[in-house]
Amino acid sequence: MTLDAKIPAGPIAEKWSKHKFNLKLVNPANKRKYDIIVVGTGLAGASAAASLAELGYNVKAFCFQDSPRRAHSIAAQGGINAAKNYRNDGDSIYRLFYDTVKGGDYRSREGNVYRLAEVSVNIIDQCVAQGVPFAREYGGLLDNRSFGGAQVSRTFYARGQTGQQLLLGAYSALNRQIEAGKVKMYTRSEMLDLVMVDGKAQGIVTRNLENGKIETHSGHAVLLCTGGYGNVFYLSTNAMGCNVTAAWRAHKRGAFFGNPCYTQIHPTCIPVTGDHQSKLTLMSESLRNDGRVWAPKTVELAQKLRKGELKAADLKEEDRDYFLERKYPAFGNLVPRDVASRNGKEMVDEGRGVGTTGIAVFLDFADAIKRLGEDAVRAKYGNLFDMYYQITDENPYKVPMRIYPAVHYTMGGLWVDYNLMTTIPGLYALGECNFSDHGANRLGASALMQGLADGYFVIPYTVGDYLAKLGPKPVDTNHPAFEQTKKEVEERINKLLALKGTKTVDEIHRQLGHIMWEYCGMARNEEGLKKAKGMIQELRADFWKNAIVLGENEEFNMSLEKAGRVADFLELGELMVDDALMRKESCGGHFRIESQTDEGEAKRDDENFAFVAAWEYKGDNQPEELHKEELVFEEVHLTQRSYK
Amino acid sequence: MSANNLNLTLKVWRQKNAQTAGKFVTYKAENISPDMSFLEMLDVVNESLVHKGEDPIHFDHDCREGICGMCSLYINGHPHGPKRAITTCQLHMRSFHDGQTITIEPWRASPFPVIKDLAVDRSAFDRIQQAGGYVSVNTGGVPDANEIPIPKVIADEAFNSATCIGCGACVAACKNASAMLFVSAKVTQLGMLPQGQPERYRRVQSMVAQMDAEGFGNCTNTGACEAECPKEIKMTNISRMNNDYFSAKLFRSEELHEQSQGEG
Repeated sequence: MTLDAKIPAGPIAEKWSKHKFNLKLVNPANKRKYDIIVVGTGLAGASAAASLAELGYNVKAFCFQDSPRRAHSIAAQGGINAAKNYRNDGDSIYRLFYDTVKGGDYRSREGNVYRLAEVSVNIIDQCVAQGVPFAREYGGLLDNRSFGGAQVSRTFYARGQTGQQLLLGAYSALNRQIEAGKVKMYTRSEMLDLVMVDGKAQGIVTRNLENGKIETHSGHAVLLCTGGYGNVFYLSTNAMGCNVTAAWRAHKRGAFFGNPCYTQIHPTCIPVTGDHQSKLTLMSESLRNDGRVWAPKTVELAQKLRKGELKAADLKEEDRDYFLERKYPAFGNLVPRDVASRNGKEMVDEGRGVGTTGIAVFLDFADAIKRLGEDAVRAKYGNLFDMYYQITDENPYKVPMRIYPAVHYTMGGLWVDYNLMTTIPGLYALGECNFSDHGANRLGASALMQGLADGYFVIPYTVGDYLAKLGPKPVDTNHPAFEQTKKEVEERINKLLALKGTKTVDEIHRQLGHIMWEYCGMARNEEGLKKAKGMIQELRADFWKNAIVLGENEEFNMSLEKAGRVADFLELGELMVDDALMRKESCGGHFRIESQTDEGEAKRDDENFAFVAAWEYKGDNQPEELHKEELVFEEVHLTQRSYK
Repeated sequence: MSANNLNLTLKVWRQKNAQTAGKFVTYKAENISPDMSFLEMLDVVNESLVHKGEDPIHFDHDCREGICGMCSLYINGHPHGPKRAITTCQLHMRSFHDGQTITIEPWRASPFPVIKDLAVDRSAFDRIQQAGGYVSVNTGGVPDANEIPIPKVIADEAFNSATCIGCGACVAACKNASAMLFVSAKVTQLGMLPQGQPERYRRVQSMVAQMDAEGFGNCTNTGACEAECPKEIKMTNISRMNNDYFSAKLFRSEELHEQSQGEG
């Protein structure tokens, strides 16, 4: 099968408008004859469900949390990019497009990224109209700040809670449609499989997490808006419930998985304190507007700091190494995330790390407090400083924060074409769940942008084209495929419930996380990856033999929920390793030790690897088949990324 | 074991489901690091229960950074525990001392029935939001964002109301199980902003009607909600809501909108 990304021909600035014109429409009276399933209610899911219902489609929306408002988009802190050029600082749609392609280390599609930049301006308008309280200036207009990988201020924000405010905006739009009867909302419901009828996605199987009831739901199209798979690392900034199950089940039904090894390790997270740790907390990238990242100049000084013989404040200016400012004078502390993370790791590897574990560097606000005053810093970052204080018991107004990189986002995901359709007809993937717009590294404040772009402004057009061609013939769950898929789901649950071994699911998950972080984390090489592959296979076998899963299906059962999710992570982990092994180049967040420049930066191999890797599932314990979608660059000239 | 680690006694509410009566069960939590969060302490207890083949303690949680509003727990008589302005997932064990007994209960309010152990059904909150917690705009066709200037003080004040995470601590804290703080936060956010004006009086009436239909009690100005709110939502929100609600009941709607336009 050849992958057709369906990127429209023509000049880049006209592709989306022309494409929209060429897409087929469903007439208003016919829209009510179509049912659309939306799985996940984060920014992508809530915005898609609301927008499609407004158009007149019947939507069924699902989330595993107790309310659609809890989806993990809510935790995004720093902001959302848009090419409004309200600052008069030289921003434009083209510049946002250019920055995003470059930031992604030239591994994204030009056509998709241009469209993202183009609709970014509409997103801000939409959110303001909903009553999202963005930060404002005294004149009453919107404020902006800067984020990594850009030299303009194009990030809109709502204190350190931008994701919360945007999600509550989308949630309110969704609520309006629930009230209007156009969206039927299913909470505490987890999608456990995709139902295929005649080669098309036509429904899902879900488990009601409160009572264990296995349900089938039909629809003319299925939209997966189920987020990323960072929790394969056990520790990440993701919420505890974030999982790959819906996407992975779809993958096993025929949806190709794109660039699974592209993982974003965020540079500024609160460091790990011990084995009990259940998750990691991010400190927003916006802090790098005013915070300065540094490590002690020598190993000796670092040792003294670790032992508590010296305090950060005792170190003189000349004993501090502001390594990002030193190495990247043009972008300074605002280099992209992958670059900042690798440099932080380098400091720790050299023995210059701080904190009792030595696995951290400083993020220091002393200069900003001197320059702006403590009150001004509090107004900008107060909630982040409070959060840091709660977790570490240290006051960041007085002592520098300690930070270290942590898994934050996955650029990889289900492969989709320009219409956001996967390789399964009728199955779409939106937001972090798809692979499409960020290449090998996502720029800060671009995840919120992409989630809402997909949901508010892309899918309402593209899904109509598919539905118009499909026709409004009713679909229902009477087709034998529904009963069959349901049976398979039940068998799998029974298999899990039969596990009465000696290791808890969390213990196995933690082990998987160690393997992934050690060998498929910030730096990867062939030897380590090969070793990891074997270790994951062994761990998977161990899981299916020795895991403990308690209770029964017909109840609220945390043990069973976790087991199902970890079982899927154990399969995904191996595919991530395979993908990282195959991609012998370094690019963005994927750093192969064998492929670096003399200065230690990621070295791409455009001749051999300027493609999207799309993996096809071939059966249990069979190697997956690699398909390549060549990336064509007509606008942006491929160069070694430089932030110096 | 580190010298600072804690040994604790937990009295935890266990209840199989809504139909079965619940009871307190005592557990030991041993060798607990003060750096653990409260939920991580429960994770440790649950791991040991699972090893013994016993059903783990069920509780709601997700983001574990104080923003999703999923975690709850009534800890030693306080929603989200003894500290102010944080959620349970942000509460760390350094707030407790060695040998302490900790009582852990679910939210107790009849509109929040127990699902299992410490997890309750808060869907009533969603239904109140569905009744009117929005500005009725469709996707597309809206004006440029900067065509709606909003004074910074108004935007900041609306933001303070908008930070509500919908956890339900206000209801759990209130002797009347009143949801007024929760409802008024949304009413106030949208009522202060120009975007919310066209539906201002309709919104407050439908949200209050749904709140009453769900069985939440009324406000008697005790202030427990404000004291326990992890996001420090103020009771002034309730005053604003009452103001709008009474205005809506006393005047004809076209008069109200004339008035509010006059106010600017």
